[in-house]
Parts: sequence; structure tokens; C-alpha cells
Amino acid sequence: MERYFDEELGRLKDDMRHMGDLVAEAVYRSVEALKGQDKPMAKKVIDDDKSIDEAELAIDEECLDLLALRQPVAGDLRFISMAMKIATDLERMADLAVDIAQRVVELGDQPLVKPLVDIPRLTMLAQTMTREAIGSFIASDMDLATKVILMDNEADRLRDRIQKDLIEDYMLKDPATIRGAVPLLLVARHLERICDHATNIAEDTIYRVKAKVVKHHPEKLNNNNGNK
Amino acid sequence: MFDPVKIKAQHVDFFYGNQQALKDISMDIDVGRVTAIIGPSGCGKSTFIRLLNRMNDLVAHTVLRGHIYLEGQDIFSPAVDPVEIRRRVGMVFQKPNPFPKSIFENIAYGLEVNGYRDRDVIEERVVMSLKKAALWEEVKERLRDSALKLSGGQQQRLCIARCLAVAPEVLLFDEPCASLDPISTAKIEELILELKKDYTIAIVTHNMQQAARVSDRTAFFLLGELVEMGETQHIFTAPKDKRTEAYITGRFG
Repeated sequence: MERYFDEELGRLKDDMRHMGDLVAEAVYRSVEALKGQDKPMAKKVIDDDKSIDEAELAIDEECLDLLALRQPVAGDLRFISMAMKIATDLERMADLAVDIAQRVVELGDQPLVKPLVDIPRLTMLAQTMTREAIGSFIASDMDLATKVILMDNEADRLRDRIQKDLIEDYMLKDPATIRGAVPLLLVARHLERICDHATNIAEDTIYRVKAKVVKHHPEKLNNNNGNK
Repeated sequence: MFDPVKIKAQHVDFFYGNQQALKDISMDIDVGRVTAIIGPSGCGKSTFIRLLNRMNDLVAHTVLRGHIYLEGQDIFSPAVDPVEIRRRVGMVFQKPNPFPKSIFENIAYGLEVNGYRDRDVIEERVVMSLKKAALWEEVKERLRDSALKLSGGQQQRLCIARCLAVAPEVLLFDEPCASLDPISTAKIEELILELKKDYTIAIVTHNMQQAARVSDRTAFFLLGELVEMGETQHIFTAPKDKRTEAYITGRFG
């Protein structure tokens, strides 16, 4: 039976997708600003964060209204309660994009200590994980959620490699590079944290669909493959 | 050893004539807990609860198969006195049904039927029952007034007091708030939560939020079958059966 409630949930899904797009875009633009050392672009990322904060508040309000007025249970309840958590994750991801943009502002015009290779890769990964994590939640797609969670290993690996390269090949060899290398270290860390939040969203998807908690229990992930 | 099961139904089939109302119901009602039975109209939930104190004995052309045990004793065994079962397992109905007598006599009546003669004892029991049913403060000045002058919610609490007077072990509630306003409903729900300290309770309700609020365990019936039974918080956050999910989220129809 079609319920009016499903339309309301549909609107909530649309708003979540929109917020996810804004966040993925902010991450992308923050790193584009870094690549081009484009301070105006970085400042725009910082300014635009307000609209993401507002999107979070709007989703929270929508969820609270649905909890109060529809008194959802079971799958509906899991959907709405996870939507609230996800809005928080998305907002923090946007804050990390702001952190990246601030590193760009800090760097100013000083030339980058090295060409960016792995950071753009990690950025691509962070964007993909963000979009697919939200997509998996909206579509209740367990396979996609599982894929996102597994991608986090690659994010950790890239972050470790970026750190190792910067520390061993630059900072230790030539302390004069430290001032330029630290912001890049931080950017790698911010990107990896964005991937962690995307992983949280994918874990929330699995709870929403299967009522199974995989957060902090990675061993439970294996039984989820292929289930929708 | 302590047995947590107060009432045990085993493979219960029940027929009204040729119509099968219950199909192979097996479930336990735990001692000192509230068990809610939910399901759409005609799912057999009221039929089931009425079997638990042999109310359906009074309905003609019915057939029961299977067993229902109260503390291990088969309540349908020929050796069992149904009147004694109904004393031990009391029932409160959808519509308050006080006798057209005074408030006092409504409660004293059941005691007299059960052989109480000493007026002091009867009076003591009446007062205790009214207190336990959270009605005493509202009626203590007018015990001789007709029970029919009470509000619907008060009448329902009087019916609960009437059950309590004969010292039951189990209380069955069949849609006890269906004809009550939200305030009276809240009072009955609070009372159920209070009463579960001393009694085992089963409640049939159409109101799923009520089941969620008052019960520890929930059973979902559909077309005479027990689809799923579990801890209430699991049924309302993560039911296992798709039919339970559809019913409680309002997708049925």
C-alpha cells in the first residue's frame, strides 16, 4: 500500500542526496583550489559551507518532525534515525573540506614542495565514497554500502603513502620543506577523515537495511554481501 | 527452579464451527511481564486471549486442539474448575462493564461469589483493590454511588479493581482503552506498568503505539497464525518477518 509517509521519506531522500552532492562538490573544489593554489576558490569553499550547515539543520528538522508526527517504527524508524546521523557525518565532511581550503589559504603563493599525485587520487576516492555512500543509503543498496566500506582500506593506504613520502623524501632530507609539507600532510589527513565519514554512512546503510550493526564489528560485514 | 513461563500455549488450533480461527499457536507468556498481542481485525488475537481463561467455553460449536498450561497445569483438563481458572486469570474487556450497582458492591460481589462472608475482610479487600487500580482517591467519598455515574476511564479502572479483588495471578486486557480518551488511556497504561510488578499481563491492542509503550514482549498475529513474537523493542525497531514490518509500518492493505 502506498503511504503519504513514503512521499515524505522521498523528500527526505532528495534532501540527503542534495546535501551529499554539495559535500562532494566542496571536497572536489577544495583540492582543485590546492592544485591551482587558487585562494579565491578556497575562500568560496569556506563561504559556501554555510549552505551545507543549513542543509544539515533542515534535514534534522525534517527528521524530528517525522519522528514526532508519524511515530515511525521498524525500517522507517531506522531510516529516519540514520538520516539524522548521516546529516551530521556530511556536515563534518564539509568542515574537513573547509579545513583543506584553509590550508590553501595558509600556503598562499609559496610553491608546493612537490607535484600532487596521490592527493588527487585520494580526493577522487573521497568523492566517490561520499556519493556512493549516500547513494547506497537512499537505494538501500547493501552491495554498494559494502563496497564503500572496503574502499576505506585504499584511503588509508594512500594517506600512509602520502605521509611517508612527505616525511622521508622531503621533511627529513631538507627541513626547509617542512613549512610547505605540513599543510599537505594535513590535507591527506583531512581527506582520509572524509573517507572515514563516508564509511560511517555506509555502515549506517547496513543498519538501516538489515538492522545489523557493523560499526566497530568489521567481522559482521562478510555476511552482508549480496543481501538487499 | 524458577519457571519464567506463566502460561504456555502449545500447538493450539481453534475453530468456530468450520471456521478455523487459530492455527497451531505456540507461545509463552512470561511471568511478571507484559505481553502484547497485535494484529489486524479478525487475526485471532482476541480469540486467543479468551482461551487463556476459558472464556470461549461459553461459545457454542467451538473446537479446541492443543494445550494451554497455567504454571504447568493444562487448563482444559477435566479436573480443572473453569471458575477457579477465571479467578486466577482475570479479564478486562474493551468496553467497561460495571454492574448496575454501587462502586463498593461492584467489587464486593466477586468476593461474595468466591465465598467471602466477613464484612471487615470484604471492606479491606475493596479498599485495597481500589487503591491498586489507582481509583481510590477519586471514589473514596462516594463508594455507595452507582458505578454507572463514573466516567468511562474510571469505570474501566473499577473493572480492573474488580479483577484484582479476587487475587488473580494473570490479568488479560482485551482492547482496554478502545473506548477511552487519551488521558484515561494514559492512566490505564500507567496502571498496567504498575500492575506488572505483581501480576503477569497480556494485552490485546489495535494501537501499536500502546503495545510499544506498555509491553515487554510483542506477538504479531495474522490470519490466525502467530507470525512473530519477540522483545517489544526488537519488534518495533527490527522485526524479522516482512509481514510484521508491513503491518507495524502501516503498509498493509
